[in-house]
Amino acid sequence: MSPKKTGKKADVPAAVSRPSPTRPDGLRRVVITGAGTINALGHDVPTTLAAFREGRCGIGPLEFRDVERLSIQIGAQVHPWQAEDYFNRQQILLYDKFTQFALLAAKQAVAQAGLDFQGALGLRSGVVLGTAGGGLNTWDENYRTVYEEGKNRVHPFVVPKLMNNAAASHVSMEFGLRGPAFTVATACASSNHAMGLAFQMIRSGGAQVMLTGGSEAMLCFGGVKAWEGLRVMSKDACRPFSANRNGMVQGEGAGVFVFEDYEHAHARGADILAEVVGFAMSSDAQDIVMPSAQGAERAITATLQDAGLNPEDVGYINAHGTGTAANDKTECAAVAHAFGHHADRLMMSSTKAMHGHIIGGTGAVELLACIMALRDGVIAPTIGYQEADPECALDVVPNEARDARVDAVLSNAFAFGGLNAVIALRRV
Amino acid sequence: MTDQIRNRIRAIIAEQAMLEPDQITDHSTPQDLGIDSLGLVESIFAIEEEFDISIPFNANEPDKSDFDISNMGTIMAAVERLVAQKAA
Repeated sequence: MSPKKTGKKADVPAAVSRPSPTRPDGLRRVVITGAGTINALGHDVPTTLAAFREGRCGIGPLEFRDVERLSIQIGAQVHPWQAEDYFNRQQILLYDKFTQFALLAAKQAVAQAGLDFQGALGLRSGVVLGTAGGGLNTWDENYRTVYEEGKNRVHPFVVPKLMNNAAASHVSMEFGLRGPAFTVATACASSNHAMGLAFQMIRSGGAQVMLTGGSEAMLCFGGVKAWEGLRVMSKDACRPFSANRNGMVQGEGAGVFVFEDYEHAHARGADILAEVVGFAMSSDAQDIVMPSAQGAERAITATLQDAGLNPEDVGYINAHGTGTAANDKTECAAVAHAFGHHADRLMMSSTKAMHGHIIGGTGAVELLACIMALRDGVIAPTIGYQEADPECALDVVPNEARDARVDAVLSNAFAFGGLNAVIALRRV
Repeated sequence: MTDQIRNRIRAIIAEQAMLEPDQITDHSTPQDLGIDSLGLVESIFAIEEEFDISIPFNANEPDKSDFDISNMGTIMAAVERLVAQKAA
Protein backbone atom coordinates (compact mmCIF):
# COMPACT_ATOMS: atom_id res chain seq x y z
CA MET A 1 0.00 0.00 0.00
CA SER A 2 1.15 3.57 -0.60
CA PRO A 3 2.79 5.61 2.08
CA LYS A 4 0.98 8.18 4.13
CA LYS A 5 -0.67 11.02 2.27
CA THR A 6 -1.02 14.51 3.57
CA GLY A 7 -4.42 16.04 4.10
CA LYS A 8 -3.80 18.70 1.44
CA LYS A 9 -6.45 19.36 -1.12
CA ALA A 10 -5.47 18.18 -4.56
CA ASP A 11 -5.34 20.58 -7.47
CA VAL A 12 -8.05 19.25 -9.72
CA PRO A 13 -8.67 21.38 -12.81
CA ALA A 14 -12.33 22.30 -13.04
CA ALA A 15 -12.59 20.91 -16.55
CA VAL A 16 -11.56 17.38 -15.52
CA SER A 17 -14.60 15.20 -15.35
CA ARG A 18 -14.75 12.88 -12.37
CA PRO A 19 -17.13 10.17 -11.22
CA SER A 20 -20.25 11.26 -9.45
CA PRO A 21 -19.99 11.46 -5.64
CA THR A 22 -23.24 9.63 -5.37
CA ARG A 23 -24.52 6.41 -6.84
CA PRO A 24 -27.37 6.34 -9.34
CA ASP A 25 -29.71 5.63 -6.42
CA GLY A 26 -28.66 8.85 -4.70
CA LEU A 27 -26.63 7.17 -1.93
CA ARG A 28 -23.15 8.43 -1.06
CA ARG A 29 -20.17 6.46 -2.30
CA VAL A 30 -17.83 5.05 0.35
CA VAL A 31 -14.08 4.50 -0.04
CA ILE A 32 -11.25 3.15 2.10
CA THR A 33 -8.42 5.64 2.62
CA GLY A 34 -6.45 4.05 5.42
CA ALA A 35 -5.64 0.61 6.80
CA GLY A 36 -3.89 -0.70 9.88
CA THR A 37 -3.30 -4.05 11.50
CA ILE A 38 -1.42 -6.07 14.03
CA ASN A 39 -1.61 -9.85 13.89
CA ALA A 40 0.63 -12.90 14.03
CA LEU A 41 2.01 -12.13 10.56
CA GLY A 42 3.18 -8.64 11.39
CA HIS A 43 2.75 -5.43 13.31
CA ASP A 44 1.60 -3.44 10.28
CA VAL A 45 -0.03 -3.69 6.85
CA PRO A 46 3.07 -3.96 4.62
CA THR A 47 4.49 -6.85 6.68
CA THR A 48 1.13 -8.61 6.68
CA LEU A 49 0.71 -8.25 2.92
CA ALA A 50 4.26 -9.51 2.37
CA ALA A 51 3.33 -12.59 4.44
CA PHE A 52 0.19 -13.08 2.33
CA ARG A 53 2.32 -13.01 -0.83
CA GLU A 54 4.86 -15.42 0.61
CA GLY A 55 2.20 -17.72 2.07
CA ARG A 56 3.83 -17.44 5.47
CA CYS A 57 2.23 -19.20 8.44
CA GLY A 58 1.92 -17.33 11.74
CA ILE A 59 0.77 -20.37 13.71
CA GLY A 60 3.06 -21.81 16.36
CA PRO A 61 3.23 -23.06 19.94
CA LEU A 62 1.15 -20.92 22.31
CA GLU A 63 3.01 -19.14 25.07
CA PHE A 64 1.10 -18.02 28.14
CA ARG A 65 0.49 -19.03 31.71
CA ASP A 66 -0.92 -22.56 32.26
CA VAL A 67 -0.69 -23.46 28.56
CA GLU A 68 0.53 -26.93 29.60
CA ARG A 69 -2.97 -27.62 30.97
CA LEU A 70 -4.54 -27.19 27.52
CA SER A 71 -5.07 -29.98 25.03
CA ILE A 72 -4.85 -27.39 22.20
CA GLN A 73 -1.44 -25.75 22.38
CA ILE A 74 -1.07 -24.00 19.01
CA GLY A 75 -2.28 -20.61 17.83
CA ALA A 76 -1.37 -17.54 15.83
CA GLN A 77 -0.05 -15.27 18.57
CA VAL A 78 1.35 -11.79 18.06
CA HIS A 79 5.12 -12.18 18.58
CA PRO A 80 7.02 -10.39 19.87
CA TRP A 81 4.56 -8.53 22.03
CA GLN A 82 5.50 -6.09 24.77
CA ALA A 83 2.72 -3.62 25.53
CA GLU A 84 5.41 -1.37 27.04
CA ASP A 85 6.85 -0.85 23.56
CA TYR A 86 3.72 1.04 22.58
CA PHE A 87 1.94 2.24 25.71
CA ASN A 88 2.83 3.89 29.01
CA ARG A 89 2.08 2.43 32.43
CA GLN A 90 -1.19 4.31 32.91
CA GLN A 91 -2.45 3.29 29.47
CA ILE A 92 -1.62 -0.36 30.12
CA LEU A 93 -3.67 -0.21 33.32
CA LEU A 94 -6.66 0.87 31.22
CA TYR A 95 -6.13 -1.03 27.95
CA ASP A 96 -6.79 -4.76 27.67
CA LYS A 97 -4.82 -6.41 24.89
CA PHE A 98 -7.79 -6.20 22.51
CA THR A 99 -7.89 -2.43 23.05
CA GLN A 100 -4.14 -2.17 22.58
CA PHE A 101 -4.39 -4.01 19.26
CA ALA A 102 -7.30 -1.84 18.11
CA LEU A 103 -5.51 1.40 18.99
CA LEU A 104 -2.33 0.38 17.17
CA ALA A 105 -4.24 -0.59 14.04
CA ALA A 106 -6.34 2.59 14.19
CA LYS A 107 -3.25 4.80 14.49
CA GLN A 108 -1.75 3.22 11.37
CA ALA A 109 -5.00 3.65 9.44
CA VAL A 110 -5.45 7.29 10.41
CA ALA A 111 -1.80 8.06 9.63
CA GLN A 112 -2.18 6.56 6.17
CA ALA A 113 -5.43 8.44 5.54
CA GLY A 114 -3.77 11.67 6.67
CA LEU A 115 -6.89 12.88 8.46
CA ASP A 116 -7.18 15.30 11.34
CA PHE A 117 -10.45 15.06 13.25
CA GLN A 118 -10.22 18.34 15.11
CA GLY A 119 -13.11 20.68 14.43
CA ALA A 120 -16.17 19.92 12.36
CA LEU A 121 -14.91 16.65 10.85
CA GLY A 122 -14.73 15.01 14.28
CA LEU A 123 -18.42 15.74 14.83
CA ARG A 124 -19.28 13.96 11.58
CA SER A 125 -16.97 10.99 12.24
CA GLY A 126 -17.21 7.91 14.42
CA VAL A 127 -16.02 4.41 15.11
CA VAL A 128 -17.68 1.02 15.02
CA LEU A 129 -15.57 -2.00 15.91
CA GLY A 130 -16.21 -5.70 16.22
CA THR A 131 -15.07 -8.01 18.99
CA ALA A 132 -16.44 -11.28 20.29
CA GLY A 133 -14.72 -11.61 23.64
CA GLY A 134 -13.69 -8.05 24.48
CA GLY A 135 -11.28 -7.92 27.38
CA LEU A 136 -10.96 -11.65 27.86
CA ASN A 137 -7.41 -11.47 29.19
CA THR A 138 -8.66 -9.09 31.86
CA TRP A 139 -11.47 -11.45 32.86
CA ASP A 140 -9.02 -14.34 32.92
CA GLU A 141 -6.37 -12.58 35.03
CA ASN A 142 -8.85 -11.23 37.56
CA TYR A 143 -10.84 -14.45 37.95
CA ARG A 144 -7.51 -16.11 38.68
CA THR A 145 -6.82 -13.46 41.31
CA VAL A 146 -10.08 -13.93 43.16
CA TYR A 147 -10.75 -17.65 42.62
CA GLU A 148 -7.34 -19.30 42.39
CA GLU A 149 -5.31 -16.94 44.51
CA GLY A 150 -8.17 -16.24 46.91
CA LYS A 151 -7.65 -12.49 46.95
CA ASN A 152 -10.59 -10.28 47.76
CA ARG A 153 -9.54 -7.15 45.91
CA VAL A 154 -9.06 -6.40 42.22
CA HIS A 155 -7.74 -3.34 40.41
CA PRO A 156 -10.32 -0.52 40.16
CA PHE A 157 -10.12 -0.42 36.36
CA VAL A 158 -11.20 -4.01 35.73
CA VAL A 159 -14.64 -3.07 34.40
CA PRO A 160 -13.60 -0.23 32.06
CA LYS A 161 -10.78 -2.47 30.84
CA LEU A 162 -12.79 -5.59 30.04
CA MET A 163 -15.97 -4.08 28.58
CA ASN A 164 -16.55 -4.92 24.91
CA ASN A 165 -16.86 -1.26 23.94
CA ALA A 166 -13.54 -0.27 25.54
CA ALA A 167 -11.61 -0.45 22.26
CA ALA A 168 -14.15 1.65 20.35
CA SER A 169 -14.26 4.21 23.16
CA HIS A 170 -10.48 4.55 23.36
CA VAL A 171 -10.24 4.90 19.59
CA SER A 172 -12.86 7.66 19.68
CA MET A 173 -10.93 9.42 22.46
CA GLU A 174 -7.58 9.03 20.72
CA PHE A 175 -8.75 10.83 17.58
CA GLY A 176 -11.66 12.97 18.82
CA LEU A 177 -14.33 11.03 16.92
CA ARG A 178 -17.49 12.55 18.38
CA GLY A 179 -20.15 11.01 16.15
CA PRO A 180 -21.54 7.45 16.25
CA ALA A 181 -19.36 5.07 18.30
CA PHE A 182 -20.21 1.54 19.35
CA THR A 183 -19.18 -2.10 19.33
CA VAL A 184 -20.70 -5.04 17.51
CA ALA A 185 -20.46 -8.56 18.90
CA THR A 186 -21.54 -11.26 16.48
CA ALA A 187 -18.83 -13.82 17.22
CA CYS A 188 -16.78 -14.61 14.11
CA ALA A 189 -18.72 -12.11 11.96
CA SER A 190 -18.26 -9.15 14.34
CA SER A 191 -15.81 -7.24 12.12
CA ASN A 192 -17.84 -7.71 8.98
CA HIS A 193 -21.00 -6.56 10.72
CA ALA A 194 -19.11 -3.56 12.12
CA MET A 195 -17.65 -2.60 8.74
CA GLY A 196 -20.99 -3.11 7.05
CA LEU A 197 -22.70 -0.76 9.48
CA ALA A 198 -19.94 1.83 9.10
CA PHE A 199 -20.39 1.59 5.33
CA GLN A 200 -24.15 2.04 5.62
CA MET A 201 -23.75 5.07 7.89
CA ILE A 202 -21.55 6.91 5.41
CA ARG A 203 -23.57 5.78 2.43
CA SER A 204 -26.75 7.16 3.95
CA GLY A 205 -25.10 10.46 4.86
CA GLY A 206 -25.12 9.80 8.60
CA ALA A 207 -21.36 10.16 8.94
CA GLN A 208 -18.46 11.44 6.85
CA VAL A 209 -15.64 9.24 8.12
CA MET A 210 -15.83 6.04 10.16
CA LEU A 211 -12.99 4.09 11.71
CA THR A 212 -14.04 0.48 11.53
CA GLY A 213 -12.86 -3.10 11.74
CA GLY A 214 -12.34 -5.29 14.76
CA SER A 215 -10.06 -6.69 17.38
CA GLU A 216 -9.68 -9.87 19.39
CA ALA A 217 -7.31 -11.14 22.07
CA MET A 218 -8.68 -14.47 23.20
CA LEU A 219 -5.42 -16.39 23.41
CA CYS A 220 -5.23 -16.91 27.15
CA PHE A 221 -5.84 -19.99 29.28
CA GLY A 222 -9.56 -19.40 29.82
CA GLY A 223 -10.14 -18.31 26.24
CA VAL A 224 -8.64 -21.41 24.65
CA LYS A 225 -9.96 -23.76 27.35
CA ALA A 226 -13.50 -22.67 26.51
CA TRP A 227 -12.96 -23.39 22.80
CA GLU A 228 -11.47 -26.83 23.52
CA GLY A 229 -14.83 -27.89 24.88
CA LEU A 230 -16.50 -27.73 21.48
CA ARG A 231 -13.92 -30.11 19.99
CA VAL A 232 -13.62 -28.15 16.78
CA MET A 233 -10.01 -27.02 17.24
CA SER A 234 -7.06 -28.59 15.45
CA LYS A 235 -4.07 -29.75 17.45
CA ASP A 236 -1.63 -29.46 14.56
CA ALA A 237 -2.57 -27.08 11.71
CA CYS A 238 -5.29 -25.10 9.96
CA ARG A 239 -5.96 -26.59 6.51
CA PRO A 240 -9.00 -24.88 5.01
CA PHE A 241 -10.80 -26.77 2.21
CA SER A 242 -8.28 -29.63 2.37
CA ALA A 243 -9.87 -33.08 2.69
CA ASN A 244 -7.67 -33.79 5.72
CA ARG A 245 -8.59 -30.59 7.57
CA ASN A 246 -9.25 -31.19 11.23
CA GLY A 247 -10.36 -27.93 12.72
CA MET A 248 -9.72 -24.29 13.34
CA VAL A 249 -6.69 -22.62 14.89
CA GLN A 250 -7.21 -19.44 16.79
CA GLY A 251 -5.34 -16.20 16.22
CA GLU A 252 -5.32 -12.71 17.73
CA GLY A 253 -4.95 -9.17 16.49
CA ALA A 254 -6.84 -6.31 14.93
CA GLY A 255 -7.61 -4.64 11.65
CA VAL A 256 -8.91 -1.09 11.44
CA PHE A 257 -9.81 0.93 8.33
CA VAL A 258 -10.73 4.49 7.51
CA PHE A 259 -14.01 4.45 5.60
CA GLU A 260 -14.66 7.83 4.06
CA ASP A 261 -17.26 9.59 2.00
CA TYR A 262 -15.93 9.47 -1.57
CA GLU A 263 -16.47 13.15 -2.21
CA HIS A 264 -14.62 14.12 0.95
CA ALA A 265 -11.73 11.79 0.11
CA HIS A 266 -11.53 12.95 -3.50
CA ALA A 267 -11.68 16.64 -2.58
CA ARG A 268 -8.68 16.34 -0.31
CA GLY A 269 -6.73 14.23 -2.79
CA ALA A 270 -6.62 11.16 -0.61
CA ASP A 271 -5.13 7.94 -1.92
CA ILE A 272 -8.09 5.61 -2.29
CA LEU A 273 -7.35 1.95 -1.50
CA ALA A 274 -10.70 0.54 -2.64
CA GLU A 275 -14.39 1.37 -2.79
CA VAL A 276 -16.86 -0.38 -0.51
CA VAL A 277 -19.81 -1.12 -2.75
CA GLY A 278 -22.09 -3.54 -0.94
CA PHE A 279 -22.99 -5.24 2.30
CA ALA A 280 -25.66 -7.64 3.42
CA MET A 281 -26.38 -9.78 6.42
CA SER A 282 -28.64 -12.71 7.14
CA SER A 283 -29.48 -15.07 9.95
CA ASP A 284 -29.77 -18.85 9.56
CA ALA A 285 -32.35 -18.90 12.37
CA GLN A 286 -31.56 -22.58 12.66
CA ASP A 287 -28.75 -23.84 14.88
CA ILE A 288 -26.40 -22.22 17.40
CA VAL A 289 -23.26 -23.82 15.95
CA MET A 290 -23.98 -25.69 12.71
CA PRO A 291 -23.85 -23.39 9.67
CA SER A 292 -26.49 -23.30 6.94
CA ALA A 293 -25.60 -23.08 3.24
CA GLN A 294 -28.90 -21.34 2.55
CA GLY A 295 -28.25 -18.64 5.14
CA ALA A 296 -24.77 -18.00 3.76
CA GLU A 297 -26.03 -17.98 0.19
CA ARG A 298 -28.71 -15.42 1.04
CA ALA A 299 -26.08 -13.08 2.48
CA ILE A 300 -23.85 -13.48 -0.60
CA THR A 301 -26.66 -12.94 -3.08
CA ALA A 302 -28.01 -9.95 -1.18
CA THR A 303 -24.53 -8.39 -1.10
CA LEU A 304 -24.21 -8.72 -4.87
CA GLN A 305 -27.60 -7.04 -5.25
CA ASP A 306 -26.71 -4.29 -2.78
CA ALA A 307 -23.48 -3.65 -4.68
CA GLY A 308 -25.13 -3.77 -8.09
CA LEU A 309 -22.69 -6.51 -9.12
CA ASN A 310 -23.34 -9.45 -11.38
CA PRO A 311 -21.86 -12.76 -10.24
CA GLU A 312 -19.34 -12.70 -13.10
CA ASP A 313 -17.99 -9.31 -11.92
CA VAL A 314 -16.51 -10.97 -8.83
CA GLY A 315 -12.98 -12.31 -9.29
CA TYR A 316 -12.05 -13.19 -5.74
CA ILE A 317 -13.72 -14.12 -2.47
CA ASN A 318 -11.93 -14.08 0.84
CA ALA A 319 -13.62 -17.08 2.41
CA HIS A 320 -14.66 -17.55 5.98
CA GLY A 321 -12.74 -20.84 5.52
CA THR A 322 -12.22 -21.86 9.13
CA GLY A 323 -10.78 -25.30 8.40
CA THR A 324 -13.60 -27.10 10.18
CA ALA A 325 -15.40 -29.95 8.47
CA ALA A 326 -18.74 -28.16 8.66
CA ASN A 327 -17.87 -24.60 7.63
CA ASP A 328 -15.77 -25.29 4.58
CA LYS A 329 -18.15 -27.62 2.79
CA THR A 330 -21.15 -25.46 3.68
CA GLU A 331 -19.41 -22.32 2.45
CA CYS A 332 -18.40 -23.97 -0.84
CA ALA A 333 -21.98 -25.13 -1.38
CA ALA A 334 -23.26 -21.61 -0.69
CA VAL A 335 -20.79 -20.02 -3.13
CA ALA A 336 -21.49 -22.64 -5.80
CA HIS A 337 -25.21 -21.95 -5.52
CA ALA A 338 -24.94 -18.18 -5.38
CA PHE A 339 -22.53 -17.92 -8.34
CA GLY A 340 -23.74 -20.77 -10.54
CA HIS A 341 -21.33 -21.44 -13.43
CA HIS A 342 -19.12 -18.53 -12.42
CA ALA A 343 -18.20 -20.36 -9.19
CA ASP A 344 -15.81 -22.46 -11.27
CA ARG A 345 -14.03 -19.37 -12.58
CA LEU A 346 -13.61 -17.25 -9.46
CA MET A 347 -10.86 -17.66 -6.88
CA MET A 348 -11.64 -18.16 -3.22
CA SER A 349 -8.99 -18.45 -0.51
CA SER A 350 -8.92 -18.58 3.24
CA THR A 351 -6.11 -16.62 4.86
CA LYS A 352 -6.90 -18.12 8.28
CA ALA A 353 -4.25 -20.79 7.74
CA MET A 354 -1.75 -17.89 7.95
CA HIS A 355 -3.12 -15.51 10.62
CA GLY A 356 -5.38 -17.94 12.44
CA HIS A 357 -9.04 -17.37 13.18
CA ILE A 358 -9.06 -13.93 14.79
CA ILE A 359 -12.72 -14.42 15.80
CA GLY A 360 -14.24 -10.94 16.21
CA GLY A 361 -11.31 -9.30 14.42
CA THR A 362 -10.95 -11.79 11.61
CA GLY A 363 -13.05 -10.10 8.92
CA ALA A 364 -11.02 -6.93 9.33
CA VAL A 365 -7.63 -8.60 8.90
CA GLU A 366 -9.06 -10.57 5.97
CA LEU A 367 -10.25 -7.38 4.26
CA LEU A 368 -6.54 -6.63 3.76
CA ALA A 369 -6.33 -9.63 1.43
CA CYS A 370 -9.28 -8.20 -0.52
CA ILE A 371 -7.58 -4.81 -0.87
CA MET A 372 -4.35 -6.54 -1.92
CA ALA A 373 -6.24 -8.43 -4.63
CA LEU A 374 -7.80 -5.26 -6.02
CA ARG A 375 -4.86 -2.93 -5.66
CA ASP A 376 -1.80 -5.10 -6.14
CA GLY A 377 -3.31 -7.84 -8.30
CA VAL A 378 -2.10 -10.53 -5.90
CA ILE A 379 -4.43 -13.20 -4.58
CA ALA A 380 -3.49 -14.47 -1.11
CA PRO A 381 -3.25 -18.27 -1.00
CA THR A 382 -4.93 -20.92 1.14
CA ILE A 383 -1.84 -22.42 2.72
CA GLY A 384 -1.73 -25.85 4.37
CA TYR A 385 -3.75 -27.30 1.51
CA GLN A 386 -2.87 -30.98 1.01
CA GLU A 387 -5.74 -33.06 -0.34
CA ALA A 388 -8.60 -32.16 -2.66
CA ASP A 389 -12.05 -32.47 -1.12
CA PRO A 390 -14.89 -33.12 -3.57
CA GLU A 391 -17.15 -31.16 -1.24
CA CYS A 392 -14.88 -28.10 -1.62
CA ALA A 393 -14.36 -28.25 -5.38
CA LEU A 394 -13.60 -24.56 -6.03
CA ASP A 395 -10.35 -22.81 -6.94
CA VAL A 396 -9.06 -22.20 -3.43
CA VAL A 397 -5.70 -20.79 -4.61
CA PRO A 398 -3.79 -23.59 -2.88
CA ASN A 399 -0.52 -22.85 -1.13
CA GLU A 400 0.91 -20.18 -3.44
CA ALA A 401 -0.17 -16.60 -4.06
CA ARG A 402 -1.28 -15.85 -7.58
CA ASP A 403 -1.08 -12.78 -9.80
CA ALA A 404 -4.47 -11.87 -11.19
CA ARG A 405 -6.37 -8.76 -12.04
CA VAL A 406 -9.71 -8.61 -10.30
CA ASP A 407 -12.22 -5.77 -10.33
CA ALA A 408 -14.58 -6.76 -7.52
CA VAL A 409 -14.22 -8.98 -4.48
CA LEU A 410 -16.28 -10.29 -1.58
CA SER A 411 -15.34 -11.07 1.99
CA ASN A 412 -17.40 -13.70 3.80
CA ALA A 413 -18.02 -14.12 7.51
CA PHE A 414 -20.37 -16.74 8.92
CA ALA A 415 -20.59 -16.76 12.69
CA PHE A 416 -21.66 -19.16 15.40
CA GLY A 417 -25.25 -18.33 16.09
CA GLY A 418 -25.94 -18.49 12.36
CA LEU A 419 -25.16 -14.82 11.71
CA ASN A 420 -23.79 -14.07 8.27
CA ALA A 421 -22.20 -10.86 6.97
CA VAL A 422 -20.68 -10.30 3.52
CA ILE A 423 -18.94 -7.19 2.19
CA ALA A 424 -18.17 -6.26 -1.42
CA LEU A 425 -15.26 -4.07 -2.54
CA ARG A 426 -14.39 -2.73 -5.97
CA ARG A 427 -11.25 -1.31 -7.49
CA VAL A 428 -11.26 2.46 -7.91
CA MET B 1 -17.32 -53.59 36.93
CA THR B 2 -18.01 -53.59 33.21
CA ASP B 3 -21.77 -53.75 33.69
CA GLN B 4 -21.53 -50.92 36.10
CA ILE B 5 -19.62 -48.78 33.61
CA ARG B 6 -22.12 -49.60 30.90
CA ASN B 7 -25.05 -48.71 33.13
CA ARG B 8 -23.51 -45.38 34.03
CA ILE B 9 -22.91 -44.57 30.35
CA ARG B 10 -26.45 -45.65 29.48
CA ALA B 11 -27.80 -43.31 32.14
CA ILE B 12 -25.79 -40.39 30.73
CA ILE B 13 -26.88 -41.04 27.16
CA ALA B 14 -30.49 -41.58 28.25
CA GLU B 15 -30.53 -38.23 29.99
CA GLN B 16 -29.10 -36.52 26.90
CA ALA B 17 -31.58 -38.24 24.59
CA MET B 18 -34.49 -37.84 27.01
CA LEU B 19 -35.16 -41.59 26.92
CA GLU B 20 -35.22 -44.41 29.48
CA PRO B 21 -31.85 -46.20 29.99
CA ASP B 22 -33.31 -49.53 28.78
CA GLN B 23 -34.11 -47.89 25.44
CA ILE B 24 -30.38 -47.46 24.80
CA THR B 25 -29.08 -50.60 23.08
CA ASP B 26 -25.59 -51.41 21.83
CA HIS B 27 -26.82 -50.99 18.28
CA SER B 28 -28.32 -47.53 18.78
CA THR B 29 -26.48 -44.86 16.82
CA PRO B 30 -26.37 -41.28 18.08
CA GLN B 31 -28.65 -40.43 15.17
CA ASP B 32 -31.18 -43.14 16.18
CA LEU B 33 -31.34 -41.57 19.60
CA GLY B 34 -31.81 -38.07 18.22
CA ILE B 35 -28.41 -36.88 19.47
CA ASP B 36 -27.00 -34.17 17.19
CA SER B 37 -23.38 -33.00 16.99
CA LEU B 38 -23.73 -30.64 19.92
CA GLY B 39 -25.53 -33.32 21.96
CA LEU B 40 -22.72 -35.74 21.20
CA VAL B 41 -20.06 -33.31 22.38
CA GLU B 42 -22.10 -32.73 25.52
CA SER B 43 -22.47 -36.48 26.15
CA ILE B 44 -18.72 -37.01 25.73
CA PHE B 45 -18.10 -34.23 28.23
CA ALA B 46 -20.51 -35.86 30.71
CA ILE B 47 -18.77 -39.23 30.30
CA GLU B 48 -15.36 -37.60 30.85
CA GLU B 49 -16.64 -36.00 34.03
CA GLU B 50 -18.29 -39.21 35.27
CA PHE B 51 -15.18 -41.36 34.86
CA ASP B 52 -12.50 -38.70 35.18
CA ILE B 53 -11.01 -39.66 31.83
CA SER B 54 -10.00 -37.72 28.74
CA ILE B 55 -11.68 -38.78 25.51
CA PRO B 56 -9.79 -38.12 22.26
CA PHE B 57 -12.58 -36.89 20.00
CA ASN B 58 -12.40 -34.20 17.33
CA ALA B 59 -15.77 -33.30 15.81
CA ASN B 60 -14.05 -32.48 12.51
CA GLU B 61 -12.85 -36.01 11.91
CA PRO B 62 -15.01 -38.35 13.95
CA ASP B 63 -13.94 -41.32 11.83
CA LYS B 64 -10.27 -40.77 12.54
CA SER B 65 -10.55 -40.44 16.31
CA ASP B 66 -9.49 -43.37 18.48
CA PHE B 67 -12.91 -42.92 20.01
CA ASP B 68 -15.40 -44.75 17.79
CA ILE B 69 -18.84 -43.15 17.99
CA SER B 70 -20.58 -45.43 15.45
CA ASN B 71 -23.02 -46.72 18.04
CA MET B 72 -23.51 -47.10 21.78
CA GLY B 73 -21.66 -50.43 21.82
CA THR B 74 -18.50 -48.92 20.31
CA ILE B 75 -18.72 -45.90 22.60
CA MET B 76 -19.07 -48.12 25.69
CA ALA B 77 -16.16 -50.32 24.62
CA ALA B 78 -13.97 -47.27 24.07
CA VAL B 79 -14.88 -45.84 27.48
CA GLU B 80 -14.15 -49.20 29.15
CA ARG B 81 -10.74 -49.20 27.51
CA LEU B 82 -10.00 -45.67 28.71
CA VAL B 83 -11.17 -46.46 32.25
CA ALA B 84 -8.95 -49.58 32.28
CA GLN B 85 -5.97 -47.57 30.99
CA LYS B 86 -6.50 -45.04 33.74
CA ALA B 87 -6.59 -47.79 36.40
CA ALA B 88 -3.46 -49.47 35.03
